[in-house]
Amino acid sequence: MNMHAQPQRTRAEAALAEAFAARVGELPGDGAVVLTRDRAIEQIKAGLPTRRVEAWHYTDLRQLLTSVPDRDAAAHAESIAPLVAGSTVLPVLNGAANGEAPAIDGLAVSRVSDRLVDGSLATALAPQDGDDAVGAFNAAFVTDGWLLDIADGTAPERPIELQHVHGAGQAHVRLPVRVGTGVTATIVQRETGAGPALVSSVSNLTIGDGSHVTWVIVQEQPEAVTHLGQFNAWIGKNAKLTLFVMNTGGKLVRQEIRVRTTGEGADFTLRGVNLLAGDTHTDVTMTLDHAVPMTSSTEVVRNVAMGRAQGVFQGRINVHQVAQKTDARMACNTLLLSDEAAFFTKPELEIFADDVQCGHGATVTEIDAGHLFYLMARGIDEKTARGLLVKAFVAEVIEDLEDEALVEALEAKLEGWFAAHG
Amino acid sequence: MLEIKNLHARIAATGTEIIRGLNLTVKDGEVAAIMGPNGSGKSTLSYILAGRPDYEVTEGEILYNGESILEMDAAERAAKGIFLAFQYPMEIPGVATMEFLKVAMNSQRRQRGEEPLKVADFLKRVKEAAGSLEMDMAMLKRPLNVGFSGGEKKRAEILQMKLLEPKLCVLDETDSGLDIDALKIVAEGVNALRSPDRSVVVITHYQRLLDHIVPDTVHVLYKGQVVKSGDKTLAHTLEAEGYAGIIGEAA
Repeated sequence: MNMHAQPQRTRAEAALAEAFAARVGELPGDGAVVLTRDRAIEQIKAGLPTRRVEAWHYTDLRQLLTSVPDRDAAAHAESIAPLVAGSTVLPVLNGAANGEAPAIDGLAVSRVSDRLVDGSLATALAPQDGDDAVGAFNAAFVTDGWLLDIADGTAPERPIELQHVHGAGQAHVRLPVRVGTGVTATIVQRETGAGPALVSSVSNLTIGDGSHVTWVIVQEQPEAVTHLGQFNAWIGKNAKLTLFVMNTGGKLVRQEIRVRTTGEGADFTLRGVNLLAGDTHTDVTMTLDHAVPMTSSTEVVRNVAMGRAQGVFQGRINVHQVAQKTDARMACNTLLLSDEAAFFTKPELEIFADDVQCGHGATVTEIDAGHLFYLMARGIDEKTARGLLVKAFVAEVIEDLEDEALVEALEAKLEGWFAAHG
Repeated sequence: MLEIKNLHARIAATGTEIIRGLNLTVKDGEVAAIMGPNGSGKSTLSYILAGRPDYEVTEGEILYNGESILEMDAAERAAKGIFLAFQYPMEIPGVATMEFLKVAMNSQRRQRGEEPLKVADFLKRVKEAAGSLEMDMAMLKRPLNVGFSGGEKKRAEILQMKLLEPKLCVLDETDSGLDIDALKIVAEGVNALRSPDRSVVVITHYQRLLDHIVPDTVHVLYKGQVVKSGDKTLAHTLEAEGYAGIIGEAA
């Protein structure tokens, strides 16, 4: 018996418990899945994380999650144009994998709902630990998604776009991807839809030895959407993952990135762009485990915050005792464009190996007056000049991606955001 | 073209007065050289003409074609035809040079009520100007001034000047950091722009540049004032005798 009095449930916690009770009968899954779902909802009922939980220090989910819209299975959602023209699109519309799996050599695709029904996803469904609220949300409520298996030695010519589009209400999807050995692939994950909505999206990526994967997450939720995202990756021997995350929307956003190097020579690159406006809260929290010797990583996150937007970047790098010769570099730079905007950065390095190179840096700045004068001295009016400089600050990170089509598409997103918020 | 009357100006942040009663007139088509020892206020004068907000004019007037420019910001002055070639051009990561040139040219055109340039026309102009300055087009694909050598930055300044076709060009120590070949190319670039309706103010510490851009008038700046004016022979006198004599006369 717990000695502490159970605190009174918040409205959101009560609504989630009720929603689960009402829907558990129709959620896909075998016995093992149902048990996992049950444990997950217990975790939520025990209380959403507060600022007293270290990993949620700047995002008090218990306080910030004020309403839980009802799931509406009939809500309208339709597929959107892919980020890169010609991509292989796999849509998940309002929580249901939509359409037929494409026939592409080396690509095995199945519906997550089927894998829940046959129980093969039961183990992977469980939340990772007691603080894994995003994992618990998703485990309890997930309805569907696409499961991808990319065969050894293949290199799909076109990007694969996993398109998660929801209607008003709730949508919970899961995107498990297994990449074999010696693969080169680009995967785009889109997160958008209509509000008001509560959305969770969990992606699990395992990368086989020697493979190179570029994964791009573009989150452009409308306002009045709570977005709980989690990206998990395990990088094998001499494999390389480049993860690009762009957040440009949502009312309350938590995007977790959990990466582990599992084979020597693994390399992880994170490039993040957060474009924050309005009265919103966006939290990107990364946990990176250098778990074997000789692995490397660089993380660069650039943030632009205007209006009353609040942003958070927590970057935690754990260098395990065996992980000698780790090389890890992390930087987070923020441009604050209004007095009421705020950004919190918390870099953490926990190093148990003694022969490593690790560094981190964080800056919060305003527009450089010298740069502004230089542009204006060429006849560029102040508003345009400021816009150019802010875009340049972010574009630098986008240009780190080597794929020209991706760079162009992301820069177009950038232009669009500034056109709407400039 | 330009009339500066009893100008007093100070650094806004510290209140330190740099320009102390400066008078200068530059006629249409005139090339005026401003010379002077370090700390005499040469660069400050160039920044004030261009409208850098770090300086505050406390007294006097700057008339450009008869119109006061003191209330105009840097962009408005540039659109009216005032161009400053920077002594230390800014490196701006993330802004592609070509994009910058296009935005600058079209911003000025818009402020003057002209149509934006067509892409083909823009490219043609840039290619011609870059060719005449012996600049590689590949350089212009890079971010603005990033990784440019000192000489490349100065050429890029003159390239911008050619493309923007200003009426009043202010060159701030354009010769510093240039070897003799680059100096000749830059000087030819400036000379090609000389015309009866365009004036040039050449700010320099040394006579060297004035062998290549021959001035109509030479003005010596000291302690924020023009202490002596003359024709191009004044520059030769300064080269031979140094500033000491003139400063002595002024003091």
